[in-house]
Amino acid sequence: MAKAECTPKWNTLALRNRKTCPTPEKSFQTTFTPVSKDKNSQTAGHLAGGDTQSSNGPSGQFLARESIESPSKVLLMLVAGLSFSTRLYKITEPPHVCWDETHFGKMGSYYINRTFFFDVHPPLGKMLIGLAGYMSGYDGTFPFIKPGDKYENQNYWGMRGFCATLGSFLPIFAYLIVLELSNSCTAAIIAATLLIFDTGCITISQYILLDPILMFFIMAAVLSMVKFNQQRYRSFSASWWLWLVLTGINLAGALGVKFVGLFVIILVGLNTIWDLWRLLGDMSLSLVDIAKHFLARAFALILLPLILYVTIFAVHFVVLNKSGPGDGFFSSAFQSRLIGNNLHNASMPEYLAFGSTVTIKNLRIAGGYLHSHWHLYPEGVGARQQQVTAYLHKDYNNLWVVHRQQDNNSQSGNPDLVRHGDIVRLEHKETTRNLHSHLHEAPLTKKHFQVTGYGINGTGDANDLWQVEVCGGQKGDPVKVLRSKVRFLHRATGCALYSSGKTLPKWGWEQIEVTCSPYLKETPSSQWNIEDHINPKLPNISLSVLKPNFLEILLESHIVMFRGNSGLKPKDNEMNSKPWHWPINYQGLRFSGVNATEYRVYLLGNPVVWWINLASLGLYLTMVAVASIATQRGFSLGQQRIEHSLVLVRGGGLLMLGWLLHYAPFFTMGRILYFHHYFPAMLFSSMLTGLTLDILFRSADLLLHPPYSYWFQRAGQLLLLFSILYR
Amino acid sequence: GWEMLQLPLVVTAQVDLLLVLVSLLAFWTRLSHLSYPNAVVFDEVYYGQFVSLYMKRVFFIDDSGPPLGHMILAFGAYLGGFDGNFVWNRIGAEYPSTVNVWSLRLLPALCGALCVPLGYLLTLELKFSHLSALGAAVLLLLENSLIVQSRFMLLESVLIFFVLLAFFSYLRFHNAPSSSWSRYNWLILSGVSCGAAVGVKYMGLFSYLLLLVVASLHTWKLIGDKTISHMNVCVQSVHRVLCLVVVPVLLYVFWFYVHLSFLNRSGPHDQLMSSAFQASLQGGLSRITRGQPLEVAYGSQVTLRSSVSQPIPCWLHSHKVNYPIRYDNGRGSSHQQQVTCYPFKDVNNWWIIKDPGRQQLVVDTPPRPVRHGDVIQLVHGMTSRFLNSHDVAAPMSPHTQEVSGYIDFNVSMPAQNLWRVDISNREAESEVWKTILSEVRLIHVNTSAVLKLSGVSLPDWGFRQLEVVADKLFKAHSSSLEWTVEEHRYGTSQEQKEREAELHSPTHIDVDRKISFWAKFVELQWKMLTVKQEESEHKYSSSPLEWITMETNIAYWLHSSTNAQIHLIGNPVSWGVANLSLLAYQLLAVVYLLRRRRGLKDVPDGVWDQFVCLGCVCVGGWLVNFVPFLLMDKTLFLYHYLPALCYLYLLSPALLEHAHTHLLRYAHQLQHVTHQRALCVGALAVLLSIFLTYRTFCPLTYGSPELSAHQLQGLKWRDTWDILYRRR
Repeated sequence: MAKAECTPKWNTLALRNRKTCPTPEKSFQTTFTPVSKDKNSQTAGHLAGGDTQSSNGPSGQFLARESIESPSKVLLMLVAGLSFSTRLYKITEPPHVCWDETHFGKMGSYYINRTFFFDVHPPLGKMLIGLAGYMSGYDGTFPFIKPGDKYENQNYWGMRGFCATLGSFLPIFAYLIVLELSNSCTAAIIAATLLIFDTGCITISQYILLDPILMFFIMAAVLSMVKFNQQRYRSFSASWWLWLVLTGINLAGALGVKFVGLFVIILVGLNTIWDLWRLLGDMSLSLVDIAKHFLARAFALILLPLILYVTIFAVHFVVLNKSGPGDGFFSSAFQSRLIGNNLHNASMPEYLAFGSTVTIKNLRIAGGYLHSHWHLYPEGVGARQQQVTAYLHKDYNNLWVVHRQQDNNSQSGNPDLVRHGDIVRLEHKETTRNLHSHLHEAPLTKKHFQVTGYGINGTGDANDLWQVEVCGGQKGDPVKVLRSKVRFLHRATGCALYSSGKTLPKWGWEQIEVTCSPYLKETPSSQWNIEDHINPKLPNISLSVLKPNFLEILLESHIVMFRGNSGLKPKDNEMNSKPWHWPINYQGLRFSGVNATEYRVYLLGNPVVWWINLASLGLYLTMVAVASIATQRGFSLGQQRIEHSLVLVRGGGLLMLGWLLHYAPFFTMGRILYFHHYFPAMLFSSMLTGLTLDILFRSADLLLHPPYSYWFQRAGQLLLLFSILYR
Repeated sequence: GWEMLQLPLVVTAQVDLLLVLVSLLAFWTRLSHLSYPNAVVFDEVYYGQFVSLYMKRVFFIDDSGPPLGHMILAFGAYLGGFDGNFVWNRIGAEYPSTVNVWSLRLLPALCGALCVPLGYLLTLELKFSHLSALGAAVLLLLENSLIVQSRFMLLESVLIFFVLLAFFSYLRFHNAPSSSWSRYNWLILSGVSCGAAVGVKYMGLFSYLLLLVVASLHTWKLIGDKTISHMNVCVQSVHRVLCLVVVPVLLYVFWFYVHLSFLNRSGPHDQLMSSAFQASLQGGLSRITRGQPLEVAYGSQVTLRSSVSQPIPCWLHSHKVNYPIRYDNGRGSSHQQQVTCYPFKDVNNWWIIKDPGRQQLVVDTPPRPVRHGDVIQLVHGMTSRFLNSHDVAAPMSPHTQEVSGYIDFNVSMPAQNLWRVDISNREAESEVWKTILSEVRLIHVNTSAVLKLSGVSLPDWGFRQLEVVADKLFKAHSSSLEWTVEEHRYGTSQEQKEREAELHSPTHIDVDRKISFWAKFVELQWKMLTVKQEESEHKYSSSPLEWITMETNIAYWLHSSTNAQIHLIGNPVSWGVANLSLLAYQLLAVVYLLRRRRGLKDVPDGVWDQFVCLGCVCVGGWLVNFVPFLLMDKTLFLYHYLPALCYLYLLSPALLEHAHTHLLRYAHQLQHVTHQRALCVGALAVLLSIFLTYRTFCPLTYGSPELSAHQLQGLKWRDTWDILYRRR
């Protein structure tokens, strides 16, 4: 493969250097001298010149030795062995639920039980956890109520073992990636060692979490991409296609586990754009060839992942067909496909009538039910009347009764239907207050008016009257339950009942704001539908309701997920960490063990590893700066140095970009952040460390005499190993 | 004498008449009738209060931006003889005749007017023709929103002025022949303008960073130039770093230096700052604490202020009311005396420091100072209860421990009232606890929890005061754990009655405490970046995507009785032109890039460099001044878009010129001429319509003449614009 081709090149290169040394040495020396004035030694030029000659001996041999296949295979086996043994050691400890296992274990169980749930992450990770549990004989009955619950006799080892296995691949992938990028076993082994002995990486791989799965796909995608890059001279060969397609598959996997996978997609995307740009500049290729290249990448890196991603969701919706805790987040139409939901094969009166008890759902995706409760708006927020909000969960406080303008007296016979243009009064069933609006600012959306609950037992004032309007309807059209889009126009001010989607502060129980909008554009935010409809005086008919098609479901679930993600705001008492805490290993994350007596697990990186990583980032930047200024200024460098600076700029640049992409975006995120969000970035940072330190050791001959430089190189490597093992 | 007159008295001057003309027009549009309306317009109400505080030399803190902008406004007011005696409380309030409105608004208007000739010159420095420069100047001149924003006491025009000046002088430097030394004057001017731009508003940082990027690209080219000696390259690079990095940073600090040395009186924002900072201001805390003993000793009477100023600054407090036996949610309490944090000075804020081993509450002679690591008890001055904590859930934050004034109810709940003093900003291990300077944590000895302000208000039973709890330590550095002794005196009375009288009497004795400028600067800067005001939506706030299409406007002022009004509305035709040129540039750039990559050079290298430079400055400027707002979680307004818009106005005419001279070249010779003519006619037509729209919106820009409701309706070109009608 690539390496086999590389080896002879390296050998001949070293040989050629040795043979022809006298001549290049001269030129090297002369051009180098002016710079070395700064370094206060006139002899540095001589030294540097001499270095290339004599250090070529050991390092040339060294290179030749390490790029022979077998040691690298042996090393790989060693890495694999160590990695698996550290991750799988004591996998069943502690025998109780740790931290987020309470969520992801539970969601695994949901898959086994086929109940529908809602989560802010895409489904692949939890599906895999569920599958692993199913294969290992877990029956999905454990409730995973809170961290610290004992597992007793449940087969939880399967799920943990699965995550740990995927986690064990990380050092192996890191080894292979760095080997590809730097062509140096030393660099690769440093990177792998850092990851194998990092306590944080071990901890995060050992539990039922999404992170090991996510990182597995991220690393696999990067590995395939790097391998693919190596195939650039064998376009459209079988292995070229293999790595290209593998990249696409892993991208879909990464995105299917968490949206953080988006960052690796950007990384691959940038790499691909760069690659295409290079091809475009290659004048030996015709435009047709370039178009072929472009299409192949578009297929494997855009179309294929997209198809896979959609497939994951298709499986998700097919598997989860029973009603469960996630129903309320979705629209009425969505709910009707879940077995056990009250809308599944529902039967209720078809047309809305006066005197009916109803729930009213906003048509915004994840819009919530019109809701009120026994709490007033606090002082300073509009008028001090009862709150009206939108609420995502099903609740008795979502029930409203439809009244005429002034009735309340008994209706005899068949009740009248509510029609387009009718004036209604909506009375909250629990508190008997009327839905009310007036010319006060709404609590959050200051351009809108406040909506409150007002009056008692149905007696209110003229501000309680709303005109019903069926969207797209004409005067006299009846309101169809579930199917009509309805707007409620306030009689007195002309504004429309509106749900802004903004979360109220604590006084509003973090429910969603409801306002009255003076802007009468028809948007889903101002449209509502009647979901539950109870009226004993009307005959129930079975509604074969609109089954949504797959694309609608897919779109809806994504919007719900995004809303959910951005809605995860930090709460007061929760442990919230800031992105700048992460690289310095400032503060860990407690996984389990609240009491002093219990078995405690704490997620914290190995300080030595993390601080080495941090230092290497600075070191890397300095080295790249020095190398690129030297190149730009046109200093003639030795062949070996040019190779080094290429590895630094290309390979290191890729890893640096990966680190930045997986770290920088968190600074702009408003949602709650945890320490474990840094781990993908940490993988890149560790690989970069391996690459940087290796080149640093190999460039030691710049400063030291030949034998010392070699010793320094070795000593540095050993020191690194010991300090990591020491922890 | 006769011979002298014979001498040819010749003055040769080259005057760019176009430049003079646009400058005059700019002054006329920005400065005429500057004192109309004679009322507070929009954000003048916000900046005005700071101007008043400057006039009175009262310290304030404003998180919206660094102090230079406020200082410039204040300087204008100072020139007009404003004495600071005006209450800025309401938009539309009439100015009294004592206030010189013209001078208040003069400096921003001057800056706004100078932007027009700067746009002209900048286009020339981008190496485009005088005609393009004229086009850019006209676009800037006839932009209604820029006029509105310049004519009042607001800061955007000042910001735009400095940004344009920075780019102009940098390009002037770059374009000058490298042999001339005078060009470094331009580089210094550029650095100074950068420092000023960042000093006016943090938004200036975006343009500054862009300038740095452009400069480093140029420097990179310089480094690659092998015809220049190493020495020369080093010297030039160092010069650039000095002028473009060091100078702006120093200037930025200098603005704060002026700000802090100028504002030396205490004022409304004192309480946000640390006690040490407050003590450095005249009046306020320094008047109270002047002459207090420095070292806290056993028997000292102290008030303890929480170091965190969120939600409000407050002092450790207790009063003769107990925690309710049961809270609303059914949880129980210890029913001991409440300990809270109280945001006002009160006699119940006094605590006495007691040695656990001794009974007395007076200070020995000589005083025995309390040191880091010592264990103390805190006795509440008025009620003599001991500060206590125990394993009972706190009222509002049940995950933490309750803190109480200990009462023995004989329910086998022993007193746990020992606290260890932990001075977190100590320099030595056995440092003495110092008044005002030491930040202290009180660690509960029995449970090793730390006394903490939770920031939550108690309900009515706690008089809405703030909850104080003891929390097991999670975060090593959190200012909510730290307390400072603010008022302090050595207690002398052993008897409770005497002591109460003593607590009621004011403190006195004299010493002077100073903190360095750097400490003050760092504290002020940190507070400015972290103090968050409750961000809520404003009636005229908007989202960045609405700016591109100008979906929103802002009503700045409405006459108190008529329909005369001023709105921030841009010139719709100019905005369209700007958006169009932005799109066109990007398309053209993509086509050029792809074709160049395939070896097809459509334009000569010199023209290509010019085209790239134009893109870097103008499109880059638009990007850095627009994209960050998409990620921001702040209340945003249309005027935040104006700097980005200015870059686009520079882009449009230059792009047109590029198209005129280079794109149409490909057409057939005859067609070529007709196309060029068509382009010219089109450009003229656009300019004319820009002028006409400017005229149309003039009444809303200058606030006169008054329009009828019907005419106003006609100006509502977009449904989403909010134009006000007065009901007659």
